[in-house]
Amino acid sequence: MSTDIVTNILVCGIGGQGVMTAAEILSQTAIAKGFDVKKSEVAGMAQRGGVVTSHVRFGRKVYSPVITPGTADILVAFEVAEGSRWADMLRPGGVAMVNTIRLTPPVVSIGLFSYPDDPVAQMRAAGVTVHDFDAGAIARDLGDLRLVNTIMLGAIADLLPFPAADLEEQIVGRFRARKPAMVAVNEQAFAAGRRAAAVAGHPAMAI
Amino acid sequence: MSAAVQAKANERLLLSGNDAIARGVWEAGAKVCAAYPGTPSTEILETLSLFPDLYAEWSINEKVAMEVAIGASMSGARSFCAMKHVGMNVASDAFMTVTLAGVVGGLVVAVADDVGLSSSQNEQDSRFWGRFAHVPVLEPADSQEAYAMVKVAFDLSERFNTPVILRLTTRVCHVKAMVGVGSRNDRPISGFQIDAKRWVMTPSNAKGMLPKQMEREGLLRQAAEASELNVVEAGGDTRVGFVTSGPAYMHVRESFPDAPVLKLGFTYPLPVEGVRAFKASVDALVVVEETEPLMETELKAAGMLDIHGKDLLPRLGELTPNILIPAIKGFLGDPLPPATTYPKIDPFPRPPTMCAACPHMGVYYTLHRLRKKVQISGDIGCYTLGAGHPWNALDSTISMGASMGIALGMDKARSEETKDKAVLAVIGDSTFLHMGMQGLLDIVYNRGNVTVLLLDNRTTGMTGGQNHAGTGKDVHGQEAPRVDFARLVEALGVKPERIRKLDPYMLPLLNKIVREEIAQPGPSVIITDRPCVLSEFYAKMTPYKVVDEDCTGCGNCINVGCPAITVRRTGVKTRDGAADVALKFTTIDTAMCTGCHMCVDSCGPKAIVPAQPLAAV
Repeated sequence: MSTDIVTNILVCGIGGQGVMTAAEILSQTAIAKGFDVKKSEVAGMAQRGGVVTSHVRFGRKVYSPVITPGTADILVAFEVAEGSRWADMLRPGGVAMVNTIRLTPPVVSIGLFSYPDDPVAQMRAAGVTVHDFDAGAIARDLGDLRLVNTIMLGAIADLLPFPAADLEEQIVGRFRARKPAMVAVNEQAFAAGRRAAAVAGHPAMAI
Repeated sequence: MSAAVQAKANERLLLSGNDAIARGVWEAGAKVCAAYPGTPSTEILETLSLFPDLYAEWSINEKVAMEVAIGASMSGARSFCAMKHVGMNVASDAFMTVTLAGVVGGLVVAVADDVGLSSSQNEQDSRFWGRFAHVPVLEPADSQEAYAMVKVAFDLSERFNTPVILRLTTRVCHVKAMVGVGSRNDRPISGFQIDAKRWVMTPSNAKGMLPKQMEREGLLRQAAEASELNVVEAGGDTRVGFVTSGPAYMHVRESFPDAPVLKLGFTYPLPVEGVRAFKASVDALVVVEETEPLMETELKAAGMLDIHGKDLLPRLGELTPNILIPAIKGFLGDPLPPATTYPKIDPFPRPPTMCAACPHMGVYYTLHRLRKKVQISGDIGCYTLGAGHPWNALDSTISMGASMGIALGMDKARSEETKDKAVLAVIGDSTFLHMGMQGLLDIVYNRGNVTVLLLDNRTTGMTGGQNHAGTGKDVHGQEAPRVDFARLVEALGVKPERIRKLDPYMLPLLNKIVREEIAQPGPSVIITDRPCVLSEFYAKMTPYKVVDEDCTGCGNCINVGCPAITVRRTGVKTRDGAADVALKFTTIDTAMCTGCHMCVDSCGPKAIVPAQPLAAV
């Protein structure tokens, strides 16, 4: 990898889903690998059930904290319609890693807007490379819905300019210090995310 | 514990601009720090409060925060206050005169502009205050600069006997970047010295200070011209050179890596001669500043009439690469970069909304049902969301505390059509204490006919749950005196029988009390006292669920507005000789539900029941 290249990762979802935590873990991993890092956050009013994004940029030297539309390498979407909202941020050949959970806002419940039938199909129709899977189902199988964060990070681990093990260590290390009982299940979640992404990226493998 | 507090000298770590500023303030030896919460500035004081060797407080409003900092500065302590851009409007009365009196201990005022409006009612440019008050303005571009510049600001403050503005924007405050930190330089407090000519700003004393202020501004201009915070970065493509400040600098460097840049950190007084010299080295000069054309106008006034700025760039919002690149390439006649590869997909909007079981929802559900009979003057906080769906029950929001005076103005300016409408004002606990109580006193004194809904959720909600004088806790979470809202409004002159206090979860009672009070002439205050669901004071109850076979699809529960209630399936009811009715069969996310039971009261067929058997009484 050329040292001048900046890696752009856009993490998106809804307030309370763990978007900021995922972005923080990505940033800390990049720092541990010696990169310069910038991470933009959204706070205040938008946090109240609204759209949340975090821009993570790392490389030899990073200037703007904002990803320019059309230059994101990876889009990590914690919710499927949010994935479609930000898909145009991807560069040609960029990958959208999408959790297929559908979270309906009140404006949809009361009938002012409709939730699209298949946001992933919309993204694919637009030409976007989408790896989609149900991270919530994996988390439920593992016994804790909060594992979605680790699963989604596992899912992008093989798309990053550093070994997956470095990202895993950043996640697991946090639990080792504070909640050792959660280490094993997070390792399982990380591995499950990697597997799910591999399958989603190569549908033939599912057969 | 915050990493900004724990970091050892010479450590490098990822810090937000806000945390970096807090670290810099502490290292600079500040002794007294005060703020009122406001996005994007809130975390500066939150982090400062974690340092053991300085005094930090949540002040009642920004003006008091400024005054506390001024008093400490007069007493010889390095002092600091922080606020969002609109907070400076509140604080400006004190600020515009302390600029005459000057400082003893360094006095730094951090003002955070919400460029791009992520969480504010306007987008004003705080750099104007430097011009207005004749004080220096420093503009960091990222966390490292914010950390370093706040220390420079304290030095400048003491060297030139002036408060100093540290102008921030959201992209400094809420961007995390690498910062190398140092250690604290402790500075003893010299103590207050009586000096009436200096501190008592009567007209005669103030008049004596005016020439000194002007002289100081001249010296500051020389300092800006020589400042190391203003740097020329050479570049090979000299067709355009940029003069820029703050995060806009980062966007310029990102967009035009080969262009010469004059990066300004000390931006007022503007180093005009430095710019003039830089201008001579490039074919065309473009000023890139967020948001108003302040530098551009001053440079033009200094004779540089052929420079560019807002003729090419917008006067609002962030000047990010996707704005800069097409504007400048278009100006140069270079080929424009291709548009994004993938088309924009625009699903439904997802506006911010209230949390599941938010106590404000019951209030707006009630007001929505009175919609045709009331005008609702609103205020600033989470309850501003009452303007949105499904409640649509808030008619104005202007500034902190304004719900009171605006309601009185509406009451005094009635037309034939509105003469019978009740005028209500809706305000939260923290906002009422910030700037609302004076307005209520005005309503009482001037015999207004306004019903005030004082929504006491025992926190400063929208900024993330800070303590205030009504929570019973201080900035450290320690026990503190707690204002009694009922006694406070009674002391302001509201009749005791017109002060009603209740739990907003009791929807039928809330509906009854609001109807009673709007029917009464004169001021009333209805205080709701359920804590914010995100606060430590909130207690969850048994959650509810919808019994599928009992749900008739009427959709009434959806109108409460709770995000825990969603539509499970839709249907249509056909009626002879009448239009079809759309049916919405609902479900409750039990994990989100706190058992507030507001939706239970809205359900005719009693299809909403506890999700688990209730504990035996």
